[in-house]
Amino acid sequence: MAHSTAAAVTGKSVWDGGASPMNASYGKLMMWFFLLSDAFTFSGLLITYGLVRSSHQAYEGLVSAFTFSTEYWPIPEKVFEAVPFLHGYELPLVFVGIMTFILIMSSVTMVLAVEAGHRMDRKAVEKWMLWTIIGGITFLSCQAWEWTHFIVGTDTATLKDVFNTKTGLWEQIKVTGANLHVNQYGPQPFADFFFFITGFHGFHVFSGVLLNFLIYYNTVTGVYERRGHYEMVEKVGLYWHFVDLVWVFVFTFFYLV
Amino acid sequence: MAHHAHEPQVTVLPPDKAKIKKLWTVALYLLVITIFEFAVAFLVPHEYKQLRVWIFVGMTIVKAGYIVGEFMHLRYEVKVLFWSILIPVLFIVWMLVAFVYEGIKMPVFQ
Repeated sequence: MAHSTAAAVTGKSVWDGGASPMNASYGKLMMWFFLLSDAFTFSGLLITYGLVRSSHQAYEGLVSAFTFSTEYWPIPEKVFEAVPFLHGYELPLVFVGIMTFILIMSSVTMVLAVEAGHRMDRKAVEKWMLWTIIGGITFLSCQAWEWTHFIVGTDTATLKDVFNTKTGLWEQIKVTGANLHVNQYGPQPFADFFFFITGFHGFHVFSGVLLNFLIYYNTVTGVYERRGHYEMVEKVGLYWHFVDLVWVFVFTFFYLV
Repeated sequence: MAHHAHEPQVTVLPPDKAKIKKLWTVALYLLVITIFEFAVAFLVPHEYKQLRVWIFVGMTIVKAGYIVGEFMHLRYEVKVLFWSILIPVLFIVWMLVAFVYEGIKMPVFQ
């Protein structure tokens, strides 16, 4: 079959490397182990988030009476409730839900491209790769909007007590939006983790879009047809699904919990 | 066209209907689970914090299973490969439990 590719067709004996021990080619195995190491990196980020969050004061009052304060960790669904073109409406998690849907759909189109590759169907691979690229770009655009909204902030500012080193007095300042210095939504690490975790994931999506485009280009120019198999689509597909998988965890641990 | 002669004869196989149907079914499962998570987020009150967290974590593991098993095809790989990927993940679980426990026990930021 076309998908148990290169390793199987070398014609060498088993003892000369003619057979692949895990019945997967070198490239595919290395992709798997790279993704495993990447999973550890993302786990490091998400678990540190868990550590810092659980060591902070949690919000104790009624959910309906929640207001932003730098004294306690915010309820995420109160932070992420804005949707483009619907200013002023409280729509918790709706936009993140749309983003999740986009990424899952692009994972489906990717797996359809892999299936088409097994059948040597160049036209279908081109079609599904193009849809996957569009999905990736759409997701990145959504993220750009979400970051902008997070950085700019809400209409009402949050009051924060700061110590003025010149006068030696505590004073109250107004904070809108968030960056790596101030954060209107809660304690500073909340904003820092938002930028680092979604940023690192967004960077993976960006790299994935570039790789997908490379695959698309090679498909269109017939590189894989001449090579006789579409294994590169499978390898990059593994990466793309992993990006989707990470988002599933980010969605749960950053936005839902 | 000089290199036209080198263009290989490619036989395109017809689409594997059963396989494609299965992929869309998996996509549907993922969608339904996500909608269920939304329902839990809005219908289960925040007072049941533990219950909410466990439902979210459980649903996430189910989703991860479908993505890795079906989309990434790991379920159908050789057993050695399957376990080489899965067993190291246990370290992540350990790391998670240890760190969050540490965070609860050491409220340094309060």
